[in-house]
This record gives sequence, C-alpha cells and structure tokens, in this order.
Amino acid sequence: MGISNIIFALILIGASVLFTINVRKIIANIRLGRDVNRSDKRSERWKTMIRVALGQSKMRTRPFAAILHLFVYAGFILINIEMLEIVIDGVVGSHRIFQPFLGNFYYFIINFFEILAALVAISCIIFLIRRNFKKVARFQGPDLKGWAYTDANLILITEVLLMSALLIMNAADPHGGFVISKHIAPMLPQNAETLHGVEQVAWWFHIIGVLAFLNYLPYSKHLHIIWAFPNTFFSNLNPKGKFNNMESVTREVKLMMDPTADPYAAQPAAEGAPQRFGAKDVTDLTWINLMNAYTCTECGRCTSSCPANITGKKLSPRKIMMDVRDRVEELAAAKRKNGADFHDGKFLIGDYISEEEIWACTSCNACVQECPVNIDPLAIIIDLRRYLVMEESKLPAELAGMATNIENNQAPWQFSPADRFNWAKEA
Amino acid sequence: MSNPITVKTMSQMLAEGETPDILFWVGCAGSFDDRAKKITKAIVKILNHCNVKFAVLGTEEACTGDPAKRAGNEFLFQMQAMMNIQVLNGYEVKKIVTGCPHCFNTLKNEYPELGGNYEVIHHTQLLEQLFKEGKIQIKGGGEFKGKRITFHDPCYLGRANDVYEAPREVLQKLDAELVEMKRCKTKGLCCGAGGAQMFKEAEHGNKEINVERTEDALETKPQVIATGCPFCNTMMTDGVKNFNKENDIRVMDIAEMIAQAADL
Ligand code: SF4
Ligand code: SF4
Repeated sequence: MGISNIIFALILIGASVLFTINVRKIIANIRLGRDVNRSDKRSERWKTMIRVALGQSKMRTRPFAAILHLFVYAGFILINIEMLEIVIDGVVGSHRIFQPFLGNFYYFIINFFEILAALVAISCIIFLIRRNFKKVARFQGPDLKGWAYTDANLILITEVLLMSALLIMNAADPHGGFVISKHIAPMLPQNAETLHGVEQVAWWFHIIGVLAFLNYLPYSKHLHIIWAFPNTFFSNLNPKGKFNNMESVTREVKLMMDPTADPYAAQPAAEGAPQRFGAKDVTDLTWINLMNAYTCTECGRCTSSCPANITGKKLSPRKIMMDVRDRVEELAAAKRKNGADFHDGKFLIGDYISEEEIWACTSCNACVQECPVNIDPLAIIIDLRRYLVMEESKLPAELAGMATNIENNQAPWQFSPADRFNWAKEA
Repeated sequence: MSNPITVKTMSQMLAEGETPDILFWVGCAGSFDDRAKKITKAIVKILNHCNVKFAVLGTEEACTGDPAKRAGNEFLFQMQAMMNIQVLNGYEVKKIVTGCPHCFNTLKNEYPELGGNYEVIHHTQLLEQLFKEGKIQIKGGGEFKGKRITFHDPCYLGRANDVYEAPREVLQKLDAELVEMKRCKTKGLCCGAGGAQMFKEAEHGNKEINVERTEDALETKPQVIATGCPFCNTMMTDGVKNFNKENDIRVMDIAEMIAQAADL
C-alpha cells in the first residue's frame, strides 16, 4: 500500500461521510412535512416500486426517450459493479483484482460494461442534442431557466466524461484488448510509460468524478436515481380521483350537524398548535408531498400534458414540484441556522406559487398519470386551494357564488331545489 | 320522444312497499341543465326498457359536493356529503348508477370515509352490463351504423377511475366506425370543465381548453363526438360551435345514442 492508496482511502471516506450527511439532511427536510400514514398494503407497495422504479413501466409511453434512458440507467447500475473492483484496487493498490479469479468471464463482463459505457455516452450525447439543439418542447419551459437548465447539462456532460475516462483507462491498459477500448488504444501514445500515466490519470479522474457526482446528487434533479425507489414505494394507491378526506373538517362538520352535540364537551386533545386548513407553506404539506418534490426529475412530462399549460396558462405542475423543493431547502436551511421555531416570513403561496397558478388547474390528473416516478402535483394544488378558501376566503368570485348556490339551492347554480325533479314531468 | 317517462322516487317506492335494485343518481347538471336533462331522460328510457327496477331521489337529492371539494371548500363538501349520506342510508341504498362521472367518483371514492358505502357505477358501465345480459339490443346498428364516432374520455371516468373500456364496448354495439383521437384513454385531454372550472372564467392564457380538445376531435373527422359526462358535453358542444361545425357534427352522450339507436 502506497501513499496514493492512503489518499484514495481518505477521499473515499470523505465522500461517503459528506454524502451521508447530505442524505440525512434531506430526510430531515422531508420530515418537516405533516404526517400521513402510508404503511398499509406492503405487498402492493413493493410491486409498485419494482414495476415503476426498477422496471420503469411509466417511461414506455415515450419509447425513444425510454430506450435511451434505459441505457443510461442500466449502465449506471451495472457499471457500479465494476466500481467495486475499482474501489478495492484503489484501496489495496491491486490492479484489476477480480481478473485472476474470473478468467475469461472477466473479459466477458468488462466487454459488456464497455458496450454499456459506450451506450451511456451516446445516449447522453443524444440527450444533450435534444435539450440544447433540437429544443424538445418540454425542456424549454420558463420553469427550467437558470439552474435547472445548467443542472441537466452538467449531469449529461459529466456522464459522458466519466464514461470516456472509463474507456480510456481500459484502452491504456497494455493487457486490455477489450471490445470497445481496443479501438481507442491506437489513438493513445504508444510509449509504455506515458500509457501507464494515461491509465492512472483516467483511473483517478473516473473515480474522483464518480465520488464528486455522488455528492452533487443532493443539489440536483438527478437525486431521482435514489428517491424514485422510496417515492414509488409510498405511492398513492387509491383511485386517482379520490381526494383525501380532511379529518379535522369531519370532526367539526359532525359537531355542527349533530343537534345533541355539546360544543363545550372535551375536545379531542389537539397536539401542539392547531394546524391550518390546507397548505400555505411547505410545513403544511405532508412528507409525501415533500418527498415527491425531492424525487422530481424535472422531465416535464406532467407539464407537457397539462391542459392548462398547453393552453398558455401560467400553471405548470413541474414548476409546482420545483417550487416545493426550493422552498423546503430554503426554509430548512433557515431553521438549521436559527433554530427549529424560526420562520423567515416567506411562504409557498405568494413567494413561490401565485394564486393564478393555483386556480388554473382542472384537476384532470394528467400530470399524475404521466409522471414516471408517481409524483402527485395535484394533491399539492388542492391543499393550496384549501388554504386559500378555508383560511383566507380568497377565491374567484364565481366560485364563491357557486358555493353559496350549493349551500342554498343544493346545486352549483341558482335553481330552486323544489324544481330538481321537474325534468321528469317535462316530456 | 313524446312518451312521458315513468320514474319513481325512493319515497314513492317505499310508500308502495317496494325496494329498487338500483338508485339512479341524476346529479345537478342532469336535473337542471336543459341539455343534460335529455341525457337523464335517455338513461331513464333505457332503464325502463330493460325493466330495471330503479328509483331516483327526486327533490331529496342534493349536490354531491364535488365542485366544492375540487375548489378547496372541504367544509361545504363534507356537509353536502353527510346530508346525502343520511338520506341514502335512510333508504338503505346499496347500489347506485350515476349519469355523471363527477358524481360517480365522489360517491364511489369519497363517501365511504364519511359513512356512505355503496356499490357505485357509471351509466356506461350499466349499459355495458345490460348489453351483456341481452336486455337491450340494437338491430342492425340503428341510425349510427357506419357513422364515424370519436369518444372523448371524461377525466373522472378515465384517469380518475381507470374506466376506459366500458364506454367503448357500448359504442361498439352501434356498428359504427370508432376512431380514436390522438390523445385518448390515459392520455385523453381534459375538456376544461373539471376542478370547478365549469363555474368560472379560465385564467389568462392563449386558448380555451375546450377549443384545444375540440381540435383533437375534429382531426378524426367525426360525425358524432360521443361523451359520457354532462360537463364534457357542454364543453365539446361549445367547442364545435366555435368552429361553426354544429350542423355537421353532433355531440351526444352514449346513453342518448343508445336510446336513439334502439328506438326508445
Ligand atoms: S391536474 Fe391540474 S396541474 Fe395536473 S395536469 Fe391537470 S390541470 Fe394540470
Ligand atoms: S413531477 Fe414527474 S412528470 Fe413532472 S417533471 Fe417531475 S418527474 Fe417529471
């Protein structure tokens, strides 16, 4: 073991520690959300996760993107097996430690990985072209301006560089002769010493790149490669049309409708501060909503199928998810700095999401249907509406009129309830 | 069309010592909206023709609360729901058919947690069943034979509850040429009425949603746009008018088409 192995071990430990800290931060941030129980139907949950996250079943509706994404995804998972060898080599100072054990099979595996690596690189280049030159519509929305746009490109360029480093490393190995890298080998300097240097540089570049990438995840939409799994596991398994029942409202309505109820009777002990109806800020949303936000891939499948967005309204379900994530990050950071009870005076409604966006939704569920990782933007929109209506009575005048009609006439229009059955008499 | 339709209310049936097999939940649109009332009557004619023992609530029916809930007014929704549940449970209702996907969704999915447990089906599902049981037949396809028909999936029937096939199965009976829009089934585009949008102006944009959806329909060059929801019906009818096509293209509920084809 030489000095370089020690340096490598230190980098590895440092990167792992940093990553763990960041993941725990995210979990803590998600826990800022209200509680909701999703521990039922375990077997259905496992199945959903395997189907949607592992099997990527919802990607299929857009086959071209699905295939390219599949290459990147398979490459990512399988090449990580090779990472195991790279890490062991790095720590103990061996060279291709698995080679002697696996014999010919080793060549087979590395050849397979090389093909995958090439496919990953090619897919990422096509993705870059789609984003930057072909201007695929769903990557052009105003919600992607700025960091989101840079983030997507950074990931893709990094992947291309990492895969190239892997292939160059193999090409520079004098005992290599692997299926793809052997075609790169003639392009490298032929001097044995330089070649060794190239291999070393490529090796270090690759492994440090991977570790850096790992620690970049928490700041990126790429976090979905981890969060897609718990997120789909905790999917909403009810029919999409079923909106959740607000228990707090049920209690009050029952009290109102029960003539024998004693309004002064012992209230069920409310824990802590009374919760507001609906959501004004991320802390009023559930942890599921917040986990959804961290899982969002910013792919825009939701927005590109949203009838409001298609017809030029400001609403974009993708933006809703991005806003929630940005706001959790902001609030959580402020709380970490100033204490758990601190509030910065900003809110999700108003500072991030406008009322105009909230009221443009038709609750059609297209966004929910389209999302490849089972995110539910509609649940958030409805909770924002609930806050506006029930806490602030801020709603379009026509909807206030509609509510009055329902209250007085038992129908959303101004008809007399006594006329409700008249249709039967009209021939 | 001039035959008076026979329909009993729950209280009438009860007074006569009878219990219906199924309750027909008419809904607000079906009760008050002139266009939707025609759909209601078509459903009643079919039920009568098939000798289904059914009843309605009449003036005892009240808005399910769907638009209130979608508009964020959970109080109003739950008050409506609990009132309706009292009535429904009072009559010991077991099974409900609705003429509207919004009522269908709300009764089926959102009433159980408030104490209302019923078997709820949409009228296209009942129609499918009636055809299966041979209770209704259309000889030679009726007047829609060979016509180009496209079906617009209502969000609250399709995506919300995964019912895509029942309406199509029923339309098959018309011996017509069914053409799908490019956005259909899970990818069907909303008509623009859901989420209480029916009752307000749309937010600022560059197009009305129903116009966008009508374009999808027009691309299929249909003679009839078939719907399964009174609100979609209104939206698509307006959309067709927007393109001045109301003389060439009819917008009809599946129940109306069946009643007409079967000469009821
Ligand atoms: S549910 Fe609302 S946000 Fe989602 S696609 Fe439909 S209109 Fe857009
Ligand atoms: S919510 Fe889902 S569909 Fe929308 S951008 Fe995020 S990952 Fe894509």
